[in-house]
Amino acid sequence: MTDAAESSPDLNFTRVPEVGCAPIGSAAEIRLAQLWESAPGWRGWLSTVDHKEIGLRYLVTAFIFLLMGGIEALIMRVQLASPNQTLLTPEQYSQLFTMHGVTMIFLYSLPILSGFSNYLWPLMLGSRDMAFPRLNALSYWIFLFAGIFLYSSFPLGEAPNAGWFNYVPFSGLEYNTGPNIDVYALGMVLLGISTTVGAINFVVTLFRMRAPGMSIERVPILVWGTLTASVANIFAIPSVSLAFFLLWLDRQVGTHFFDVVNGGKPLLWQHLFWMFGHPWVYAVVLPAMGIVSDALPTFCRRPLVGYSAVALSTMATMLLGFGVWIHHMFATGLPTLALSFFGAASMVISIPSAVAVFAWIATIWLGRPVFNTPFLFFAGFVLLFVIGGLSGVMTAAVPLDFQLNETYFIVAHLHYVLLGINVFPVIGGIYYWFPKFFGRMMNETLGKWSFWVMFIGFNLGFFPMHVAGLLGMPRRIYTYAPNMGWSTVNMVTSVGSFVFAAGILIFLVNIVVSLKRGVLAAPNPWDAPTLEWATPSPPPAYNFAVIPFIASRHPLWEDRLDEGAGRSSLERGYLLMEGRETIGTTPLDAIPDIILKMPEDSYTPFFVGLFSALAFTGLLLHWGGFTVLMALACSLSLIVWMWPRTALVQRAPYIKQDTGAVHG
Amino acid sequence: MAEAIQLDKPLPVGSEGKRSGGWWGVLALIVTEGSLFGYLLFTYFYLASQTEQHWPPEGLPSLVMPGVNTLILLTSSVFVWASERCIRRRQLHWSLASMALAFILGVCFVVIQFHEWSIKTYDMTSNLYGSLYFTITGFHMLHVLVGLIVLLILLLWTALGYFDDRRYAAVIIGGLYWHFVDVVWLFVFATLYLSPYLY
Repeated sequence: MTDAAESSPDLNFTRVPEVGCAPIGSAAEIRLAQLWESAPGWRGWLSTVDHKEIGLRYLVTAFIFLLMGGIEALIMRVQLASPNQTLLTPEQYSQLFTMHGVTMIFLYSLPILSGFSNYLWPLMLGSRDMAFPRLNALSYWIFLFAGIFLYSSFPLGEAPNAGWFNYVPFSGLEYNTGPNIDVYALGMVLLGISTTVGAINFVVTLFRMRAPGMSIERVPILVWGTLTASVANIFAIPSVSLAFFLLWLDRQVGTHFFDVVNGGKPLLWQHLFWMFGHPWVYAVVLPAMGIVSDALPTFCRRPLVGYSAVALSTMATMLLGFGVWIHHMFATGLPTLALSFFGAASMVISIPSAVAVFAWIATIWLGRPVFNTPFLFFAGFVLLFVIGGLSGVMTAAVPLDFQLNETYFIVAHLHYVLLGINVFPVIGGIYYWFPKFFGRMMNETLGKWSFWVMFIGFNLGFFPMHVAGLLGMPRRIYTYAPNMGWSTVNMVTSVGSFVFAAGILIFLVNIVVSLKRGVLAAPNPWDAPTLEWATPSPPPAYNFAVIPFIASRHPLWEDRLDEGAGRSSLERGYLLMEGRETIGTTPLDAIPDIILKMPEDSYTPFFVGLFSALAFTGLLLHWGGFTVLMALACSLSLIVWMWPRTALVQRAPYIKQDTGAVHG
Repeated sequence: MAEAIQLDKPLPVGSEGKRSGGWWGVLALIVTEGSLFGYLLFTYFYLASQTEQHWPPEGLPSLVMPGVNTLILLTSSVFVWASERCIRRRQLHWSLASMALAFILGVCFVVIQFHEWSIKTYDMTSNLYGSLYFTITGFHMLHVLVGLIVLLILLLWTALGYFDDRRYAAVIIGGLYWHFVDVVWLFVFATLYLSPYLY
């Protein structure tokens, strides 16, 4: 395959891209498959840059982290099921709730959405890959290594133990002398690199990689959601990476940023953490809301009501989301003026959220709903979103927050938001796109069972937490006395959590059964409107045999909707097959702008990821020389990566060659 | 819309200047790195506004050497810009010379900055101001060093004849990063050296 690309280097600096058809089995299609497929075996596995492969890896890895975080939660629920339990020591409990939070917030909730977006974006946008395929691979490898890094001290009983938001001075050296917090600090900086490069890849992909004619008002809402989240991450991640890095300096070098005795300020940590943390909350829900906005209409047999309003409210939510971080700090003694402002801003944010909710309800109302599994998950999500949103508005009120701060009410709220707006759409999304991923349908009966067990278990588990909070139960306590009046609600919560886990188990069984025995799926089994369903299930390595021309928001529903004048052209389009190629278009109108040369598979992302993870390991273990060596190896790998290549037309040819192009 | 697309228009192939992916990628990188410096300076102003210590502890900083050093860094940026223009005008030798000069000026900045560090009476661990001063200038120094490696590699690639007036995206992408490193220094300089004069 490499030979095919190298033997016909296209040394034209401009050309008119050929338009044509390439049905399955044609010479052109076979050539495309040769160009884009990864090598078999471990070589292809380590070097692939195929966004579909990387997307699936993201999904599987993040889901494994979800299961790990879930098991941690179940152990805690056994401990809390009744008063004065001794299953866990206080220190073990601290490590468990910290790792549960770290895992769910950082290693599951965004990576799983990156998995969907990595897999789906190029398919939805009519492209052959992401803007930076190798960067995409790097993003995955670093995510994987950072996850392993964060868990590395867990078996030694030295896991992070100061809660996922890791407040100083408790996480400072004075109160936390072990390696626990250093693992967390360095792991988060490493993970931040992965998230940042992933976010950059999404942003550039959106602006450059859409099929001709897919102007900005025609992209699916999932794309809006992930775009918004990615832009936010680009601005917000440096804040948390810096906070953790400064903390590490304080602990290991002896600086004084958070050191109260020497003029440092613990509140600085809270500001830096939540200036990142609140936008992050939206980063882990907006793409999931996008999943619903795209998939729910398929099951309502009509387009989403208020596309523009939902797209704009997505952006508005994030914009406001940068101005509400103080609501995590109402009880820290900040001036009343600041509290009032941030309380008001936090309430305003419910307006764009409500716009989306009403759009989904209207879509169901005005449509003809088909009550199958994905629909149930999406409809269930709307209900949970409303409950989680309401408790959010309640805690946005400063006086009420004073009362509820640090109680189980907050725990209930954040789980309604994160499970309701992330886990339910994610599971629904897996049911929805499973046929695209694997070419087989998931089992409906098991699907409905998994939904109802999860839905009942979830509400049984988390709704009583509101009550526990109102009864004054503080969060993060490892046990409680029998006379506190919290015994019943805690028992109900523990039972609910196991019911919920049973629902997840049914879902996993369904995955295994469907992978083996599921009904074979047609390209568009749900009769959905968006472009990913125009490809075979599962899609070939090159995605689209020809780059389509797009004329509307719903390319596959054009005949019945009659939107606009033109018709999309899916069978006939740009062939682009002189090496790995795709089209680059202008940011807003998607007018063809450039023929982009896409990179071959490469080992460099794996090595850059590996060496940077090892460099961080060196920092953790105070191996100075090793760290420097690994940083050098990382830099060398990057230079190899960036070396300008004739095959990618990154440099001028110094040997004049025959410019006659080879066509398949 | 499908009809409106002109199908017979010749399009550039591969990494063509500001239409290349790398140009967009480095713009996004600059946004996120710019945010990082924004948070660093926020940290400085937050702690400075809350401190009860004498600020800066050694009194107002001298502006002479840091001022000269700032000019050196900005001049370096000008030569990177000139180097890029020379490639566009097919004056490869001038481009090489200009890039080499930019690199040397960057090295001068590093040397002077190390000297500035060495004459400080405090270090990272002495006091809060020292932690801030060395962390912020240290972060910037790290970016300068990365930028210098980038310039050196661009010099090598240009010398190897990889670029001409049609394909030199790497030069404008690497050059943009260097301009960013220089511009962000102005903010660091204004914060650490000029702002103490205001209060």
